[in-house]
Amino acid sequence: MTSDTDVQLRPRKKGLTRSQRRSLSRGAQYAVFVAAVIAFAVSADWGRLKNQFAQGSIARQMFPDVITLALKNTVLYTLSGFVVGLALGMVIALMRLSSVGPYRWLAGIYIEIFRGLPALLIFIFIGVAVPLAFPGTEIVGGTYGKVALALGLVAAAYMAETIRAGIQAVPKGQLEAARSLGFSPARAMISIIIPQAFRIILPPLTNELVLLFKDSSLVLFLGVTLEERELSKYGRDLASTTANSTPILVAGLCYLLITIPLGFVVRRMEAKAQEAVK
Amino acid sequence: MSRPEIEVRGLHKSFGDNEVLRGIDLEIGQGEVVCVIGPSGSGKSTLLRCVNLLEEPTKGQVFVGGTELTDPDVDIDAVRRRIGMVFQQFNLFPHLTVTENLTLPQRRVLRRDKAKAAQVAAENLERVGLSEKADAYPASLSGGQQQRVAIARSLSMGPEVMLFDEPTSALDPELVGDVLAVMRMLADEGMTMMVVTHEMTFAREVADRVVFMDGGIIVEDGTPGQVIGAPTHERTRHFLSRLLDPAMAQVEEEISDQVGGAD
Repeated sequence: MTSDTDVQLRPRKKGLTRSQRRSLSRGAQYAVFVAAVIAFAVSADWGRLKNQFAQGSIARQMFPDVITLALKNTVLYTLSGFVVGLALGMVIALMRLSSVGPYRWLAGIYIEIFRGLPALLIFIFIGVAVPLAFPGTEIVGGTYGKVALALGLVAAAYMAETIRAGIQAVPKGQLEAARSLGFSPARAMISIIIPQAFRIILPPLTNELVLLFKDSSLVLFLGVTLEERELSKYGRDLASTTANSTPILVAGLCYLLITIPLGFVVRRMEAKAQEAVK
Repeated sequence: MSRPEIEVRGLHKSFGDNEVLRGIDLEIGQGEVVCVIGPSGSGKSTLLRCVNLLEEPTKGQVFVGGTELTDPDVDIDAVRRRIGMVFQQFNLFPHLTVTENLTLPQRRVLRRDKAKAAQVAAENLERVGLSEKADAYPASLSGGQQQRVAIARSLSMGPEVMLFDEPTSALDPELVGDVLAVMRMLADEGMTMMVVTHEMTFAREVADRVVFMDGGIIVEDGTPGQVIGAPTHERTRHFLSRLLDPAMAQVEEEISDQVGGAD
């Protein structure tokens, strides 16, 4: 950095010009990249890699179950967790903005706890600790209910903060206009503020959906029946029975099938929002 | 006029240590149009916002239509339905079309049915000359159009009093006229109006009374001819000369206690 300014301040008498040095630096970066690719291509055992990760017969054997069962369950778990998380997150966000102190504290404590704990721990807690602590209680919906609850509990903490930020991002004049028209605080919140807040937070909420989609793999630790398996569990089970990694690769591709388009949608929404501001 | 439509008694308002209003007494009769003028920081917007309790007065009483707003047991939402408010920044609801901006408050607050609300909305849009924008979103309108929609939105609630908080200050100069024309129409129809403004022509021609505020008190209160034409206080003269002919103003020493009203 300092040498750059030196060059600008007093031209060097000998050596390279600035543009020469820039092209040299770029050339060196390309050279390193090409060398790394060549080194990998030469050292890798291609036959073995293909055998281990891309066996056509095993991949074919996974269809259609990987879609109709595993991907379907992944999507179901994710959506149910998202709905629970959104509803609970909304309540917690409103508590966080409440004028009643204890509500604010409770919401704050909830958010700190569930953002601070690994999602895996929550799944183990729901799957193991709750049945042990309250024998005889059954979570509604069986495995689906447990997953919705576990994912929802984690997601609610993140979503609550997102929703709170969205509500606070709605200009103060909107609430004043609503109140001056005779809206009660609750009506103004429901009819005027929250619809605008959701427009603002649609991109981060969709990101949250992507994160949940991946976290749904933690169902692995709940102990599920064959019919309840989702992508990760399904891929792993098949990988161990076939002693081959192709199922893992296929399961991975199925995740990307959903997450990459979703990510694209988020970027589009963000770009549109950016444009609306201008 | 039997009782004043708006009555303010001994009003004080402080933000922390900053005393913005220092004892305001003001009465506005039915059908009267009162313009409140004064330098920025004089407390005129705060006074207006106290009249519909968007700001909670520190001390004093506010009555509108005989109801005391400062009574802690009053149903403030019910009283506010009778008071229309127009903001400097319009504050239309950006997620709703023009018509929805006008119908949603009627339906949610006044519980009017869909057809009735739509009819009232159409009537008021026509009054402000924007029927053809009924299905547009606020973002696609000019500032002047947005402000006229905001006025129509307030009118749709059937208010008895209209408050205007610098309604033309955020507009490009060539758009001010349309908004003032709508306000003049309302005044001619006999609406009780309290207008915080810098538009001296409007104040002179439309207002029944002009109130000059400085340093959180009312310095002068009278007909436009008295307050704008022949001000008796030095502060009023000084303010008016700077406002009416800004190019002729002299560079002055900042007087730190000017807002405090020590002179």
